[in-house]
Amino acid sequence: MNEPLIFDLSSPGRTGVSLPKLDVPESEIPADWVRDDLWLPEVAEVDVVRHYVRLSQMNYGVDIGFYPLGSCTMKYNPKVNDAAAGLPGFAQIHPLQNPNTAQGALELMYGLQRFFAEIGGFSAVTLQPAAGAQGELTGILVMRAFLHDRGDKERTRILVPDSAHGTNPATTTMAGLEVIQIPSEPRGNIDLKTLKAHLDHTVVGLMLTNPNTLGLFDEHLLEITGMVHEAGGLVYGDGANLNAILGICQPGKMGFDVMHFNLHKTFSTPHGGGGPGACAVGAVEPLAAYLPGPIVALKEEQEKRKFSWQMPERSIGRVKSFWGNFGMLVRAYTYIRMLGAAGLRAVAENAVLNANYLQARLKQLYPIPYGHRTCMHEFVAKGTIEGAPDIRALDIAKRLMDYGFHPPTNYFPLIVPEALMIEPTETESKERLDSFIEAMAGIAEEGRINPELLHAAPHKAPCRRLDEVKAARELKLSAKKPLY
Amino acid sequence: MGYIPNTDADRSAMLKAIGIERLEELFHDVPEGYRYPEIDLPAPLSEMEAMQELQRLSEKNMDGKHAVCFLGAGAYHHFIPSLVDFLISRSEFYTSYTPYQPEISQGTLQGIFEYQTMICALTGMDASNASHYDGATSTAEAVIMSLHIHKQKRQKVILSPAIHPQYREVIRTYTRGMKCFLAGGDQAENGLEELGASCNGDTACVVVQNPDFFGRVSPPARLRDLADRAHQHGALLVVIANPISLGLFKPPGEYGADIVTGEGQALGNSLSFGGPYLGFFACRKEYVRRSSGRIVGETVDAEGRRGYVLTLSTREQHIRREKATSNICTNQSLNALAAAVYLSALGRKGLRRVAELCYHKAHHAAKRIAALPGYALQPSQDFFHEFVVKCPWPVEAINRALQEKWGIIGGYDLERVYPKLAGSMLLCVTEVNSAEDIEKLVQGLREVAQTGGG
Repeated sequence: MNEPLIFDLSSPGRTGVSLPKLDVPESEIPADWVRDDLWLPEVAEVDVVRHYVRLSQMNYGVDIGFYPLGSCTMKYNPKVNDAAAGLPGFAQIHPLQNPNTAQGALELMYGLQRFFAEIGGFSAVTLQPAAGAQGELTGILVMRAFLHDRGDKERTRILVPDSAHGTNPATTTMAGLEVIQIPSEPRGNIDLKTLKAHLDHTVVGLMLTNPNTLGLFDEHLLEITGMVHEAGGLVYGDGANLNAILGICQPGKMGFDVMHFNLHKTFSTPHGGGGPGACAVGAVEPLAAYLPGPIVALKEEQEKRKFSWQMPERSIGRVKSFWGNFGMLVRAYTYIRMLGAAGLRAVAENAVLNANYLQARLKQLYPIPYGHRTCMHEFVAKGTIEGAPDIRALDIAKRLMDYGFHPPTNYFPLIVPEALMIEPTETESKERLDSFIEAMAGIAEEGRINPELLHAAPHKAPCRRLDEVKAARELKLSAKKPLY
Repeated sequence: MGYIPNTDADRSAMLKAIGIERLEELFHDVPEGYRYPEIDLPAPLSEMEAMQELQRLSEKNMDGKHAVCFLGAGAYHHFIPSLVDFLISRSEFYTSYTPYQPEISQGTLQGIFEYQTMICALTGMDASNASHYDGATSTAEAVIMSLHIHKQKRQKVILSPAIHPQYREVIRTYTRGMKCFLAGGDQAENGLEELGASCNGDTACVVVQNPDFFGRVSPPARLRDLADRAHQHGALLVVIANPISLGLFKPPGEYGADIVTGEGQALGNSLSFGGPYLGFFACRKEYVRRSSGRIVGETVDAEGRRGYVLTLSTREQHIRREKATSNICTNQSLNALAAAVYLSALGRKGLRRVAELCYHKAHHAAKRIAALPGYALQPSQDFFHEFVVKCPWPVEAINRALQEKWGIIGGYDLERVYPKLAGSMLLCVTEVNSAEDIEKLVQGLREVAQTGGG
């Protein structure tokens, strides 16, 4: 199933839009500014529509089926969110127009700041970061600036558990700090002894994903945050896995000083094929003044509510132009308004229930190294099959496509070999989970009888396995050398 | 609520399969005393009520559907053909994740490959990535990349004082932890020659914007001189470009740019109060392996058919971890797709036409305003679709009158960032502003000049 490139559909003279006539006199354009040519396709509207519709048919999305991509929280994206974000009063407003003419937008952002502060147990929230990774950078820069102001300039190291997302160490480097990796102990918690050994006057703090990427809630959380604080350090919360604990507990109350929220994971905004994401960062009191801004403030003037932009007093500065990914903020706001506190708690409960149900059933088919523990919203299985020694996680992942499922995250976290990281989310039914278990059982059986079938999978996807080595070796990153 | 299909019966059956009795048992690892806090959120709404609330909030905003907009300054009002939203709203694009599984993500991957090709064509660069968060972060990534290309041994980053002030702020935040300093001064009138003269052996890169924040266009020959000057010292030239202007103007690759960045919102993405947008990022081929962000490359599948994958991932955080030069792990995929669809629909001639409409309408408006008593244009007449007007009264007062009486969203008040430019307004005119709209603006400004905005 190949679709030509849009450039190959081009025919000189065609166009896909009609533009208005010039209704003012022409002005002279300096000849030396003007380019000679521009290599863009020339196609009719129908060509554009058919081309991109056909491309879309080669994609798999949550609206098509089960997407148990661990750590990514691929939950259903409610359609009302998009309807709200598309209202002209949100979609067609300019970021720099006078705040007096955008009070509804500021009110929404103010409300959302409060919702996140409440959900996370923080005193202030910024909505500026564009994605989780940028939220991490924000948080680490906030912590660094706070410690610098306190006179703690020797603190240059960040402790990161070995189960962390790659963004945690990369963020640390970007912030000009050094990474110290902390191992996990056999139950999947942070190794307290090693942690303690590293907690000295050089430590900025700990970056902790909790529940962690094994899907486990650390059994010594309060001890850990207490130890870090006692050593004069701070605790950063990677909120990637917040879906598990919505309404169950508040990280800001358990010793997390700064945390990011992924709106595209926990708060149901669509992933769009890799973005746009959106992010909020919350902080407890002494650090709140360092958040990027402006953020929205509320003033009551003669019993009239007025929302305005305000830069936090000791802000690290902007991390993005304008105010954040507003269109995504509208979606998250809509979601929270429809769920309320009880609805959010139900989300976490059902996400965790679904994951534990899957874990309990899959334990009988595949090794699950930490399967003796209760998992949170996700768990990590090993993609190996007894009696089929050369089957790897990748084979199982690719074969799942033939059964109509998106594969789980594979080969992450790095501490579990042949990892298959499975996150069902709360928006899947028991029947859906049962059909996934049946597929996994079928694949285990196929692996023993006909391993070649798995090695060569997928068989029913729009294309077969792709040669990634060739792609990197013989770089071809655009259709052809542009002519300009 | 919560979009949860499980019924009570399902939950009972599942708890039984797990071997527990109550949902609460699933959370025994959460410290006691911290479980089930009171979360103070407003009571939940039905979909109908939620839409009513959102509708009410949206109607408090003055939007482009009900007002005439002459505000730009980094976010631009352009006509978006109907097919753009129609196509990017396809569930298969809209609800998919990053294309880690290429066999079932060819739609996203090929769409991004086409986007990359179009960005290369527009900018005159060899390679484009799959996009960054926005123009500001894309430029910050270009600065960081320049520092890494020089192995962080060079510390001077020269920023033209005429780049978007928010881009400067973001660059400052992003480089807080890096060994470098930002040079270039804050005098908006500093020219390219001064920037070139300040290049030395410690300079990692020079960053300019064309058209600059004030709308001014620099002639390609002068930018070529700056590029030569930077290259003599081994520094890179980073050009922040307006993608619509590139439908008409010479691509930065032609005058010596090494990296071209910019805000891609104008390509088929709605204003949405500042986001989500996309930052485009393109560079010369010798720097591709040092660049950050997702990149799509062409390859073949097991049967030899053409296909696409995310490539050069060994640069990225999930492989290199603390050795990666950026932590970015998303792109603005859907926004980039919107840009590709927009550029496909317009094509070579359409984009040029949009750029010409912007140019002629903006120049017409500028001439009309310059003829009004009390108003004057900035000395330089070389601009694309934005220009600075010196006003007889504070811009805030003028804008208030335009808004209240004429239903016009006026220009950007430069005093907000440049106290010395008090009374100066940055106006933007695009293809969506008709001759009638321009006339209304002229009449409004004429009247405000007489009444002082009161």
